[in-house]
Order: sequence, then structure tokens, then C-alpha cells
Amino acid sequence: MLAKRIIPCLDVEGGRVVKGIHFIDLRDAGDPVELAAFYDKEGADELVFLDITASYEGRETKVSLASRVGEEVFIPFIIGGGIGSVEEIQKILAAGADKISINTAAVKNPELIREAAKRFGSQCVVVAIDARRTAEGKWEVFTHGGRTPTGLDAVQWARRVEDLGAGEILLTSMDRDGTKLGYDIPLTRAVCEAVRIPVIASGGAGNLQHLAEVIEETNCDAVLAASIFHYKEYSIKQAKEYLASRGIEVRL
Amino acid sequence: MAKIGIIDYGMGNLRSVQKGMEKAGHQASILRWKDALPQFDGIILPGVGAFGDAVKNLRNFGLFEAIIDYVLSGGILLGICLGMQLLFEFSEEHGRHEGLGIIPGSVTRLPSEVKVPHMGWNILKIKREAPLLAGIEDGARFYFVHSYRCVPEFERDIVAVTPYGEDFVSVVARDNVMGLQFHPEKSSGLGLRILSNFGAIAESKRNTVRSD
Repeated sequence: MLAKRIIPCLDVEGGRVVKGIHFIDLRDAGDPVELAAFYDKEGADELVFLDITASYEGRETKVSLASRVGEEVFIPFIIGGGIGSVEEIQKILAAGADKISINTAAVKNPELIREAAKRFGSQCVVVAIDARRTAEGKWEVFTHGGRTPTGLDAVQWARRVEDLGAGEILLTSMDRDGTKLGYDIPLTRAVCEAVRIPVIASGGAGNLQHLAEVIEETNCDAVLAASIFHYKEYSIKQAKEYLASRGIEVRL
Repeated sequence: MAKIGIIDYGMGNLRSVQKGMEKAGHQASILRWKDALPQFDGIILPGVGAFGDAVKNLRNFGLFEAIIDYVLSGGILLGICLGMQLLFEFSEEHGRHEGLGIIPGSVTRLPSEVKVPHMGWNILKIKREAPLLAGIEDGARFYFVHSYRCVPEFERDIVAVTPYGEDFVSVVARDNVMGLQFHPEKSSGLGLRILSNFGAIAESKRNTVRSD
């Protein structure tokens, strides 16, 4: 059967990886390509690059990032961050990205999901949903990196993006992101139960138990983590061996 | 070092296949003209997208007959993903479309009780030895993205299957023609190993032809 995917996420600004990454074995830990190739060798199943470069420069940096990563990396990778049009998606995919992820632009203009899916196929259209808990069993969608409330219910929005043709959902709990307290299990479960497309759980991974818990307690297909891998608290291999020891199917 | 041609017929990104082939130690060029086929030791037919569009493009570029002729004259061919499906006689994707018919059988949708597309890392259950899978162990994982699967008419064309709901055929080989349902160029080190095997097969074929 399909393996649960382990996906490191790299934040990129102006073509450089931000957040201190401490790998002594890398020549240049700020180079997204070198870091990505390292993760490929270590056994990562897929990679997410989130370009946080402000405004217009971001467009060109995402295209060049996609083409540089494609030269060295032989696992699938997703590029996201401020993508707003079908033309931009076309350029990034043509440059070598396997999937793009859209967030704010999808909320502003849901037709973008439909157009992108129709033109490039659902399998390369990931919709990122940033959600914050508002009441017991209720989560609201936020945009602009979690700053702007939208009034949309996260579970309903997940169903809507599936109907529009999204091929996958990258679900981030804004309550848990950066806390290292573990994934938001009720949120992840609610979204996984609402849709039939794959869901990547994100936000809150602080240790390997957290990865196992969200996989065991929800129907998610993949887990995304940043700091636990970047700061080398755990290697991808350790994470996978741990998950395998708990009976979870992974690619070793 | 084998000279590999990757057919560009307007269906998806070929760059990663080219890079993968190069990383595996072979020379890889994108080819657009049917007349160029014979100058390569081996040809890769990649592809992402709809079966019907792919056949239409192959015909428009004059590649449909050229690929069949190339194979009939003993040329080495590898189909990847949609490229593997195109090797078969027909597909039921959005109506009925005729394929290259190099391998007897058809292409049908994955069963409805599983999530479609089948996307992610899944295993190979190897049914028989084949040079393309040299060094690949039973149970090794590769990266898949597809909604349809090949149904070969003959058991002997099946090299490996993959469990998803039920077992589907993930690797085929018939004489000088091979097909992979997964993406070797996205399957990390083991995927590159398969590309390297393909290069070696193409190279040995060239040497045979030369010594004849």
C-alpha cells in the first residue's frame, strides 16, 4: 500500500533558505538546492518550498528556484507562496516543479483552482489552508500567512476546494504552528473525513511521537515538518524508523 | 554512455527525465522530429496528461508511426507513466482511444474503492527477472501519480505489480519495449538506478548491432 509521506518544508526568501539551519555537513546551508538534495539523500518523500519573498521579485525567484531544484533533486517537490495566476503556475510547473500550492489567491478567486486543475491536472494543484480554532470543533480559514481572517469555515472550504479540482490539501493549524506541541488532531481529522483527496498535516511537530499520533489518529496521507528536521533534532531516517516501529508504512 | 532520446510531443515536463538520465550517467536529448529517432541507442516516451490528447499529438507530429517503425526495427523503447499506457492497444480514458498497440492489452481506470489519482510511494511486487529492474529488490518503493492502469493481455509481459485496492501492473517488458507506471525520475536513488539500467540496456544493444 501507499507509504505515509514525510515532507520537510523550507522557507525561502530571495532565493535563500531562511530560519537558521544547522547542518555542519553542508557547504552552504542557505542554498535551497543543496539542502533539498541533502533531504532527497536522507530519504525525504517530497519537499515543500514556501517562498516568502515580498511582492513582485517573488515571481521570478520561484521560477528560478523550481528550475534549480529540478536539476539536483529526484523526488517530487511543491512550490508555494504568493502564487496568484494561471500564468505564474504555468511558468513554475514548466520550470520543473511537480506541484504548486495556492492559498490567499484561492480564497480571493476560487476559480483559479478550477482553471489550474483543468489546465495542468488536479495532481499538481495543492490548496494550502491555514486554519485557526474559533470554537469547539470549528476552525476558520486565515490568509496572508495567518494574519487575515476570511470568515470561511475550514472544513467547508476543504470540501469546496476538492469540488473545484484541487488534488491535495496542505492543512496548517495556525494555533499549533511553531509551538512544537503536536499537530491539531481534531482539525486534521475533521478535514480528512470531509474530503477524498490527500491531506498533508502541518503545524506543531515537535517530536517523532507527534508525527506518529497524527498519522494514527487521522486519515492524513503525509506529515509536514520544518524545525525538527532543520535543527537536526531528528533525521528523516530516524523519523521513518520510528514510524515503521509503530507499524506505520513508510519508505525506508 | 548511451545516447538516449526523450520524445517531446507536448505532454508534460521532460526536463526531469532528462536530468535523471544524465545523473544516471547517460547522454540525454529532447527529440521533436521523427527523423531523429534512429540516431539514438534508446528512446524514452514520457508523458503526463490525457491519453486522447497524447495520441492526437503523436499523430500530428508524425511520431505515431515512427515509434512503431522504430520498435519493429529493434529499437529500445521505455514508456513512463502515460508513455507506458500509450504502448497498449487502447484506453478507456474519456471514451475509447487507440494506442500504439505495441503491447497487447488495454488501459482502464483504477478501481473506484481507492482514492484516485493513486499518488505517492508504493511498492513493486516483482513477478519475474528483467534487466530494467537489475539491483531492485522486491518491495522497493517508487513514486506514482496516475488514475488509469494497464491491463496486459499476456502474463509474460508483466514484470511487476503494485497493490492498490487490487494489484495492478506497474512494470512491463516485451522484447525491446519496456514500460513503468511510476516516475523513475522522481523516485530518488532507486529510480535513478532504473534509468541507469535502461541506459545500459540501450548501450548493449548498440554494441550488438555494431558487432553484427
